[in-house]
Amino acid sequence: MTGAGPAETMSAQADDTRVKRRSGLDRLGAILAAIAAAGLAFQPFSLFRANRIVAAKPVGILSALPPLEAWLLVAVVVAACAVLLLRTPPALRLVVSALTLAVLAVAVGRSGMFLTPSSNTYARVAPGGAFWIVAFAFSIALADASVRLKMSPLARLALLAFTGGALWMLLWSGAWDSLSILREYTNRADVFWREARVHLLLAIGSLAGAAVVGIPLGILCFRVQPIRATLLNSLNILQTIPSMALFGLLIAPLAWVAAHVPGASAVGIAGIGIAPAFVALFAYSLLPMVSNTVAGLESVPPQVRDAARGMGMTARQRFFEVDMPLAFPVILTGIRIVLVQNLGLAVLAGLIGGGGFGTFVFQGISQTATDLVLLGALPTVALAFAAAIVLDALVEIANPTPNRSAAA
Amino acid sequence: MIEIREITKAYDGLRAVDEVSMTIKSGEIVAVVGTSGSGKTTLLRMINRLVEPTSGAILIDGRDNRDLPGHELRRAIGYAIQGYGLFPHRTVAENIATVPKLLGWDRKRIDARVDELLALFHLEPAQFRARMPHELSGGQQQRIGVARALAAEPAVLLMDEPFGALDPIIRGKAQDDLIDIQRRFATTIVLVTHGIEEAIRLGDRIAVMDKGKLLQFATPAEIIAHPATDFVAELVGSDERAFRMLSLTPVSDLMEPGEAPGAPIDASASLKDALSEALWSGRRALPVLRDGAIVGRVTRDSLISRAGRPQ
Amino acid sequence: MNMGVLLRLALLLLLVAFLANPQAFEPLFAPFAANGAAAIYTQSSLLSLTVSHLSMVAAATIAATVVSVGLAILVTRPSGREFLPLSRSVANIGQTFPPVAVLALAVPVFGFGPIPTLIALFLYGLLPIFENALTGLASIPPSVQEAARGVGMTDTQRLLRVELPLALPIILTGIRLTAVISLSTATIGSTVAAKTLGEVIIAGLISNNTAFVLQGGLLVALLALFIHEGFGLLEGALTRRTRSVQPA
Repeated sequence: MTGAGPAETMSAQADDTRVKRRSGLDRLGAILAAIAAAGLAFQPFSLFRANRIVAAKPVGILSALPPLEAWLLVAVVVAACAVLLLRTPPALRLVVSALTLAVLAVAVGRSGMFLTPSSNTYARVAPGGAFWIVAFAFSIALADASVRLKMSPLARLALLAFTGGALWMLLWSGAWDSLSILREYTNRADVFWREARVHLLLAIGSLAGAAVVGIPLGILCFRVQPIRATLLNSLNILQTIPSMALFGLLIAPLAWVAAHVPGASAVGIAGIGIAPAFVALFAYSLLPMVSNTVAGLESVPPQVRDAARGMGMTARQRFFEVDMPLAFPVILTGIRIVLVQNLGLAVLAGLIGGGGFGTFVFQGISQTATDLVLLGALPTVALAFAAAIVLDALVEIANPTPNRSAAA
Repeated sequence: MIEIREITKAYDGLRAVDEVSMTIKSGEIVAVVGTSGSGKTTLLRMINRLVEPTSGAILIDGRDNRDLPGHELRRAIGYAIQGYGLFPHRTVAENIATVPKLLGWDRKRIDARVDELLALFHLEPAQFRARMPHELSGGQQQRIGVARALAAEPAVLLMDEPFGALDPIIRGKAQDDLIDIQRRFATTIVLVTHGIEEAIRLGDRIAVMDKGKLLQFATPAEIIAHPATDFVAELVGSDERAFRMLSLTPVSDLMEPGEAPGAPIDASASLKDALSEALWSGRRALPVLRDGAIVGRVTRDSLISRAGRPQ
Repeated sequence: MNMGVLLRLALLLLLVAFLANPQAFEPLFAPFAANGAAAIYTQSSLLSLTVSHLSMVAAATIAATVVSVGLAILVTRPSGREFLPLSRSVANIGQTFPPVAVLALAVPVFGFGPIPTLIALFLYGLLPIFENALTGLASIPPSVQEAARGVGMTDTQRLLRVELPLALPIILTGIRLTAVISLSTATIGSTVAAKTLGEVIIAGLISNNTAFVLQGGLLVALLALFIHEGFGLLEGALTRRTRSVQPA
C-alpha cells in the first residue's frame, strides 16, 4: 500500500505542464524557428570554390538559386517556422519538418547545378552554414515531434527506412551530383564502395567475434565469482589504452605471427592493414559484451529464479527458458553499444592502412580537402546513427518490461 | 485551530477533494481515513500548501495559510510521510536539524534540540547522532522522520501514513510513542491513514472521506455507533463494531468494587482486552490492577452490555 | 587490497620517473625500435606533451561539466520539464556520433591546431555527463523530494542542499567517463596538429617505430588509469555515505 500521495503529486505536475502547453507559443518551436530564421538570413546557403583546394566564396540564399526557387525556399522555411512556432499537433510538426528537410535537400542540389558553370569540372559547390543550420533546426523539430508522438519501435524503423529510401532516391536521381562531396565520390566510386565494405567488415565482424567469445565469458563470470573481478578489471584496463596506440601496438606481434605461423599470412594475417584493426576492435568490444551479459543475468529477479526452481525446472531449463530470455534485452543493449562504438572506431583503421572510411578522413585531413573528410565522416555518422536507431528499436521490442531498459 | 472552508481541488475537472469543510481543534488528533483515491492525502497536502486548492480557504489559528510564502508556511508545520523521506546524504542529526537550520537557529540550540528529540524517541543520542539513514532499521528511520517533523516545535503536525511500512508490533509501539509525545507537546495532529483500526486507536476524532467528499467527521464512538452512510458502516465493519466500541474505553471506566479470582487486568487496558481475557479464561469477573494493587473488578456481563449499540 | 595499493604507487612512481627522465628508460624501449632508430621520442619533451595533453582534457572536461550539468538542472525544473524527453533523445543520438568523426567535422570549420580537438572533446564530453546528471537528478526518491518540500525548503535550497549532493556520485561517474574517453580521443587530435601524446604515437606509426607507439600508448593508458582510479575513490567515498542512491 503506497497510498495516493505520489500518484496525486504526478498528476498535479502533469496538470501544471498541460496548463502551460495550452497557452501561448511552443517554447522549443520558438527557439528552433529563431535559429532557422537567423541561419537563413545571416549565413551563406552555398559555398563556391573555383577548385578543390582554394578558399570558399560564400553565396547567400538569394544568389544561390534562381530567384523564383530562392523565394519559394524562403517561403517554405518561413511557413514551416510558423508551424513550429504555434502549438500544433505533433503529427503535423513531424510531417512539416520532414517535408522541409526534403525541400532543403532538393534545393541544395539545385543550387549546385545553378552555381556550377556548365562544362566546368574544377568548380566546387558545397552546402553553406544556412543549409546546415536550417537542417539542424528541423532535424531537432523532427526528433521532438517523434518523441512527443511516442512512436512505437516499428514506426521508428519505418521512419528510418523511409528516410534512407529518400536519401537513396536523391543520390540515385543525380539531384546532388553537382555538389562537391559527390564530385569527390564520383572520382573514387570504386574505392568508396571497397572501403565501405571494409568498414562494415571491421565493425560487424569484430562485433560478431566479440559476441561469440564475450557472451560465454559473461556467463562464466556470472557463475564463477572469483573470475569476474579479475576478468572485468583486465578488460577495463584494456579499454584505457588509446585506440590509436592499440592499433599500432598490434602491428609488430601480428607481423611476427604472419612470418612465423604457417598459413597465417594465407588467411590474411599481416602486420599492417586490416588484421591489427580487426583485433583491436575485437579487444575493445569484449568489455561491453562481457559486462552486459553479467548485468543481464544479474537483472533476473531472484524470485523468478526461485519460482523456476520451485516448479521443478532443471538447471538447463532454467538457463534457457528463464535466465537467457530475461537477460537478452540487456545483452542486446551491449551489442548496440559495441556496434555504434565500432562503427566510429573503425575510422582509425585508416591511420594504419587498415582501410574503411577512415582512409578518406585522414587523406582529406592531410590534403586539407574538406570534401574528402566529409566523404569519410558523413557515411560513418549515418551508419552509426542508423545502427543506434535499429538496435534501440530491437532492444525495445525484445524488452518485455519497458521500465527495465532504463536500469540497463 | 485549523479551519478548512469549502476546500476543493480539481485535476482536469475531476474533483479530488470536493468542498470539504471541517474544523480541527488545537491539541487534538484528527485521523483522516479513506480508500486510496479518496482525496485524503490531497486534503492533507493542501494544509501546508504542497498542493494549492482550486477554491476554498484554510485558516490556521485564524490566519489564511496563503498569507505566507509556501516554504515559510511549511517550516512552521511538521510533516511526516510514509517513506520517511530522510535525506540519504545527511546524518541522523543533520536530518533532524533541517528545519531549525532553515530557520537560522544557533548551533547550541539546534544540538540541544536534536539530543532532546533523540532521547524522546528512545534513541541514545551519542550512538545515533552521526549515523547515516541507511544504517537504521525501518522503525528507527520512522522515528527520525517524526523527530525531524517535530524539530522546530511546530504547533501542527501533518502525517501521511506514517506507520504504513512498519510491521504490526513496531507499529503499535510507534503509535503509543506518538500519543505520548502529543500529550506532552499538545501538538495538533492531522494524520492520514487507510486503516480504520489505526484511526480509532489514534484519533480523537475521525474524518471519513470517499471520492473527494467528507462523509462523516465525529468521535470514534459516534462513527462506530452511528455511521452516517453505508460506506462508513462498511469501513467500520459490521461484524467488528461491537469489539471496536469496547476498544475505545479503558477498564477503569467500568470498574466496580468487589473481588474476583485469577490473574488481574490493568486498569488502563481496553474493555476489548478485558472481555477477551474473561471469555478465554472462562471467568465471570476479572480483578483490576492499578499501580500494583487490586482496586476492584470488572464483570463479564457489564462488559457484554457495554458492547451493544449505545442508545 | 594492500598489494593493489602498492602496485598503483609503484606505477605512479614509474610514471613520474619516466616523465622526469625519459632517457633513463632507453634500454627498455630499445628492443622495439626499428633498425637502430631512436628509442625515446625527442622531437618534443614528453613532459610538455603530457602537460599539454592533460590541460586540453581538463579544459574540455570542465567546460563540458559546467554546460551539461547546467542543462540537466534546467530540464529537470518544472519550467523546463517539457524539454526533458527531447533532451534525453538528443543526448542519446549525440552519443552515436563517433569522436573521430566529430574531430574530422570540426577541422573544416575551425582549422588545424588545438581548437578542433578542444571542440570535439567538449562536444563529445557533454553527453555522458548530461545523461548521468539527468539520471542522478531524476532518480532522487520521491519521498525525499516530498520531504524536502514538506520541511519548507525553497526551490534553490532543494537543488543545492538535496538534489545536487544526492546526484553528485552519479554525475562524477559521468565526468570520469568523459575524462577517460577524452584522454584517449585527444591522441587523435595530433592528426590535426594538436600538441598531445598522440604526436608520439603518430610518429611511431609513420616511421614504423614500435618503441614510440609503445611509450605514447603506455603513457596515455597510465594517465587514464590514474584518472579512473582517482574518480573511483572519490565516488566510492561519496556513495558509501549515501548508499540508498544507486549509481547508474
